[in-house]
Amino acid sequence: MTIETSRRGFLQGASALAAVLVVGVGADGALAAGDAGAQLTPFIRIGADGRVTAIIKHFEMGQGPATGLSTLIAEELGLRMDQIGYDFAPSNPKLYANLAFGQFQGTGGSTAMANSFSQYRTAGAAAREMLIKAAARTWGVDAATLDIVDGAVVGGGKSAPLGDFVAAAAGMDVPASPRLKDPATWRLIGNADVRRLDSAIKGNGQAKFAMDLHLPNQMVAVIARPPQFGGLVAGFDDAAARSVKGFIRAATLPNKAGVAVYAENTWAAMQARDAVEVQWDMSQAESRSSATIRAEIEAALNAEPAYNVLKNAPAPMDKAEKIVEQTFYFPLLAHAAMEPLNCTIEADADGGVTLHDGCQFTTIPHMAMAQILQLPMEKVRINTMLAGGSFGRRATPTADYQVEAALAFAITDRTRPVKLVWSREDDMRGGYYRPAFGHKVRVGLDADGRIVAWDHRIAGQSIMKGTPFEATIVHDGVDHSSVEGVADTPYRIPGMHVGLTDTKKATSTLWWRSVGHTHTAYAMETMMEMAARAASRDPLEFRLEYLAGDQDGNSDRDRKAAVLKLAAEKAGWGKAAAGRSQGIAVHKSFGSYVAEVVEISGDASSGVRIERVTCAVDCGIAVNPDVIKAQMEGGIGYGIGHAMRDEITLTRGVVDQSNFPDYEPLRIGDIGAIDVHIVPSAAAPSGVGEPSTPPSAPALANAISAAGHQVSVMPMASNGVEFA
Amino acid sequence: MALKLKLNGTERTVDAEPGTPLLWVIRDELKLTGTKFGCGVASCGACTVHVDGEPTRSCLTFVEDVVDAEITTIEGLDGRIADAVQQAWVELDVVQCGYCQSGQVMSAVGLLTGNARPSVEDINDYMAGNACRCATYQRIRAGIQRASEILEA
Repeated sequence: MTIETSRRGFLQGASALAAVLVVGVGADGALAAGDAGAQLTPFIRIGADGRVTAIIKHFEMGQGPATGLSTLIAEELGLRMDQIGYDFAPSNPKLYANLAFGQFQGTGGSTAMANSFSQYRTAGAAAREMLIKAAARTWGVDAATLDIVDGAVVGGGKSAPLGDFVAAAAGMDVPASPRLKDPATWRLIGNADVRRLDSAIKGNGQAKFAMDLHLPNQMVAVIARPPQFGGLVAGFDDAAARSVKGFIRAATLPNKAGVAVYAENTWAAMQARDAVEVQWDMSQAESRSSATIRAEIEAALNAEPAYNVLKNAPAPMDKAEKIVEQTFYFPLLAHAAMEPLNCTIEADADGGVTLHDGCQFTTIPHMAMAQILQLPMEKVRINTMLAGGSFGRRATPTADYQVEAALAFAITDRTRPVKLVWSREDDMRGGYYRPAFGHKVRVGLDADGRIVAWDHRIAGQSIMKGTPFEATIVHDGVDHSSVEGVADTPYRIPGMHVGLTDTKKATSTLWWRSVGHTHTAYAMETMMEMAARAASRDPLEFRLEYLAGDQDGNSDRDRKAAVLKLAAEKAGWGKAAAGRSQGIAVHKSFGSYVAEVVEISGDASSGVRIERVTCAVDCGIAVNPDVIKAQMEGGIGYGIGHAMRDEITLTRGVVDQSNFPDYEPLRIGDIGAIDVHIVPSAAAPSGVGEPSTPPSAPALANAISAAGHQVSVMPMASNGVEFA
Repeated sequence: MALKLKLNGTERTVDAEPGTPLLWVIRDELKLTGTKFGCGVASCGACTVHVDGEPTRSCLTFVEDVVDAEITTIEGLDGRIADAVQQAWVELDVVQCGYCQSGQVMSAVGLLTGNARPSVEDINDYMAGNACRCATYQRIRAGIQRASEILEA
């Protein structure tokens, strides 16, 4: 890796107190150029008062990067966690790119820690060396005798706060390859007592989400959208809306995708929208129902696949003594984050605009704003605010809701800020769903109960085709996100054939916490269970057999086997009390390995109660063990909640669900307890936001199956499973 | 029309039409944004405030129905039970995205006010209407139990 050195100091305001030192590392991993203006990448800001602020390039939806990336800087810079604060980075992909995505700023794929781990530690270490050098010069001592401890430069009997050296350090070259701390000396990385930096403000109501923004003179806009996807505005009548106090106006969006209704406040906007009568042109609209969509997917499963993704040797199904076969169906799912989608656009004094948003895919809305408002990129700013969840929904290839806001802003005189607000119903019916998928799997076993062939057909609606990500994720027609978790399974399965057929999209589709693994893990792990049962083998032992043979401790198979064994041990696998049933599942996703054992009481007909979930995770170096545990807990709840009872269905193109009463969230009593165990690892950090979701539903299914009922169509509550 | 509300211990005059949900008066008119909009149909609990000390979903409470009541939002929450809950929330890092947590805290304080030592079942029953899409439920349970311990100490 080429390391360039750089530095930049700048004065903020007139006060001498405002001297700041900023140190950063470029998008290519190199330390960025100092005086290059916009070229600079500031990851650390240190005020002359010594206050250190970490500049966080990933958005915070609860998954913890504000705390995690701040921890990396505090570790290297010698700070306590109460000596560091954080700000979210502005939009600048040259400086704040996600290194896993290329020249693109954004959060997704559970990459925040993985792509920042080296970058943020390096920035912290560089700042440390500069401040120590400045102190050494000031004091006339050898830099080697100095250290930074608890935010103060100490050594030679002296101690002074960092702020004393900021001005001097700001004029220095940034060290080319600062020395990173020896992991053996880490105080904060891996420390389970390090708390989140955002807990207090989120427990006392002070945390500001984009929904909480009230700019002076702002208008609130809500959009009347067509009842079916793809409908267009043919005309509208706002006569009744005019009697709503606070109503300003209604106007058709330039793309005819809806009617924007503007008002002085949110409630007036919602009331006025209800009063606007819109005539829709539905000639191009989606008009299929869920049953038709499912039938199309099942027909595709029964035909020759469009793509042969994997063909390991000729699949010798004819050599099988016994064939286990199952067809699976996974419906559309909404993300339904707690904060309904919203964002605000305001005009800046220089003719540009600022987008205030819980912004996940920064570069795409930035480009969309510039295009729609016909502004140069540098005149579009993004103020990234806290996001009330996302699960993938805030990251769309089309910047859907930011585009709506830009269109709604564009057709005003642009003097008043426009805050676009979605209601829960808008959010639930707004598309961008986890696509519907079907799997048809046939597993051939020989006379000794060993797998000799595995024929796996997948059909569903591609997420990536037709998006800017097609070029990198779709190869030879195969959308990798449709088959990930099957075609690349670490299991050593002989005679494996994976086929894929795309079906026509019913709505816009989108990644949903863990993307393709949401359905592939379910099919893989319930099939392994059925195969084990058909072979009269213990499901744990059976799985381990297909993970054996490497024994170097670091291979996919070894790491997967290790979490499986740990989860089984901690759960007391095979020792369930009378009336209890256990199910196990393991899956690799986003570079991490997660195994889960679900223990239930009751059964599908008498009522299943989820008593306990035991989870083991190997995500490489555990930077913040408690945040990792929280993500495992949350990902398990997310996976299980939807598997239990949620689906989005269409009737002649109209979404049947509208709000939480008919898309019932996981509730506090649904899961008895979750225990998470982290496998110690020195491997590079990998994902934690998503990897606990994939094994959760199949582990639950396998427990229900152990109690006598196989469920292969989601959600479970609509397919023969009662929950107590 | 002008209405007088007793909110967080002070009298506030607001301009709101009858039928306006208390939630929007609190958020848009009074600019107290700790109380959240989540569903608008009282099925998620993010908008929970106290009306005469009782946890109440402000999204389905008409403003004109609470003119004689004492209304408390997360910003005005105080007292030893509130302190214990908020301390426990920080100790255990209950939050993730945090959007529902004002409502969770308001409900938790309501629970502990009437039941100083709630069982797991008591907690699950009382908190059932407060949804958390991040599924922080296990920590919410632990947070309430920890707050109960703090209060006993």
